[in-house]
Amino acid sequence: MEVREEMKGSIEIKDDKVFTWPTLVAKEFLAAIFVTVGLLFYSYAVDAPLRELSNPGQAENPAKAPWYFLGLQEALVYFDPWYAGVILPTFIVIGLILIPYLDNNPKGNGYYTFKERKFAMTVFLSGYVFWYILIYIGTALRGPFWAFFWPWEKWTHDFPTPPPLHDLPLPLGIALLLGFYFFGLVIPAIVKKDFFMRLGFIRYVLTMGLLLSMIGTVIKMFFRLALNVKYIIATPWINI
Amino acid sequence: MRLIPDLIKKITDNEIWKSVFRHGYTDTPRNRVLQIISNVWLHLHPAKVREHGTKVRFTWCMGGITFFIFLFETITGILLMFYYTPDVNRAYADIVDLMYVVPFGRLLRNTHRWGAHAMVITVSIHMLRVFLTGSYKPPRQFNWVLGVVLLVFTFLLSFTGYLLPWDQLGYWAITVGTNMARATPLLGHEGPFAYILGMRADNDVRFALLGGTMIDAPALLRAYVWHCIGIPVVASALMMVHFWRVRKDGGISGPL
Ligand code: HEM
Repeated sequence: MEVREEMKGSIEIKDDKVFTWPTLVAKEFLAAIFVTVGLLFYSYAVDAPLRELSNPGQAENPAKAPWYFLGLQEALVYFDPWYAGVILPTFIVIGLILIPYLDNNPKGNGYYTFKERKFAMTVFLSGYVFWYILIYIGTALRGPFWAFFWPWEKWTHDFPTPPPLHDLPLPLGIALLLGFYFFGLVIPAIVKKDFFMRLGFIRYVLTMGLLLSMIGTVIKMFFRLALNVKYIIATPWINI
Repeated sequence: MRLIPDLIKKITDNEIWKSVFRHGYTDTPRNRVLQIISNVWLHLHPAKVREHGTKVRFTWCMGGITFFIFLFETITGILLMFYYTPDVNRAYADIVDLMYVVPFGRLLRNTHRWGAHAMVITVSIHMLRVFLTGSYKPPRQFNWVLGVVLLVFTFLLSFTGYLLPWDQLGYWAITVGTNMARATPLLGHEGPFAYILGMRADNDVRFALLGGTMIDAPALLRAYVWHCIGIPVVASALMMVHFWRVRKDGGISGPL
């Protein structure tokens, strides 16, 4: 018993507790009412979409996935389906799951702060924003045949033919990809030694590997948009 | 502001009220605790919580709202099931009936549809909040993992529902979505290295999802069963664990 008493002093957290009833329950109740009323009003004003009876013989143009998947569909412009539709979302989910195990910065646990965890915040927020930017482009700016239209342009079927695309020579592509990951892993470890030390080898490699894949995805989009590159690596078996 | 207490007194302090409710609620600390712990629904909560955890500016209320929308969708969904048949010859007509014939059918369908979109939005805002407060840090790592799985299930719930009206919108959206499965490395017949496992259009993952090589009656039935039974059951179980863990991990996160 004595030991317990002693321990108590050192681990006791600030006692700022309030009664759940009514403080929290009242707010939850109000939130539920607001959401219900909001949904009813919105549903009264706007009808859920319903098009003609499905017809396998007549494709919608553009045929779009539900809006929350349009970021991935937009990625199809830049990548083959095995990456945009399967590997990329798998990476995102695995990356999200790993966050708590990779981020070993003890600060910023349970309160808002940017200063104390700049790296984690920057990476997560960039990814989060980018996901929604892609969704916006896929939803609002893509017309028939997935052609790009600015918001003020009318969707038409006769848009200019896009410029021809070319692949990078295979040795160059492989060198670029390997170099990107190699230097992307090595340089930060040397320049930001304390960062590397804090994470340890395994965490560091996983964190940077995921981060580089995220950045690489954006770079590939840039290659395509600015340099008309279709594939960085083109082989008969797999294209990247 | 004596308005509310006065109003409460007017409503409750008369013969009619007292004939229905035999005794009132006395606002004592003991009763506040009892309200929570002697109520099967409310005792999901602890009797007391840290003050910042009750602030909308801390949690944005988004986890709670996501859960509420899930319940809302369950109720409207059950009502919709009375009117909807997952049969390619009837599904579309049933939806049209809901929109034009069934009393309040239009409101029912609209709220269910917009609720589904709202849930996808609120769950991702909830995730953002949890990230911004660093609430995935020890000891809450595993609850974040559960959350990510719930996020995926929320997408899948919404996605499977999209096909059910059997209109052009849903049909082609699900076509685009499931065509991706064709390209799965190893497991989809158009994916890289699929030849190693001998994948064809009629034995790959897409075939397993659709119950066929194209979207037809089996795909509609699968979407329906996943949407109405499979995913909600699993998601409910995961939510129970999620809420349980919020408490077992020491209640809502906060500065020490
Ligand atoms: C169907 C989806 C979900 C539901 C119904 C749900 C519900 C909740 C609720 C009611 C809370 C209590 C605090 C609050 O309201 O913020 C909570 C906390 C939490 N949620 Fe979720 N959640 C869902 C999805 C997610 C997702 C996608 C993540 C993260 C990827 C997540 C991670 C967490 C964590 C780590 C906590 C503890 C937060 C803390 O203690 O501050 N949840 N969830």
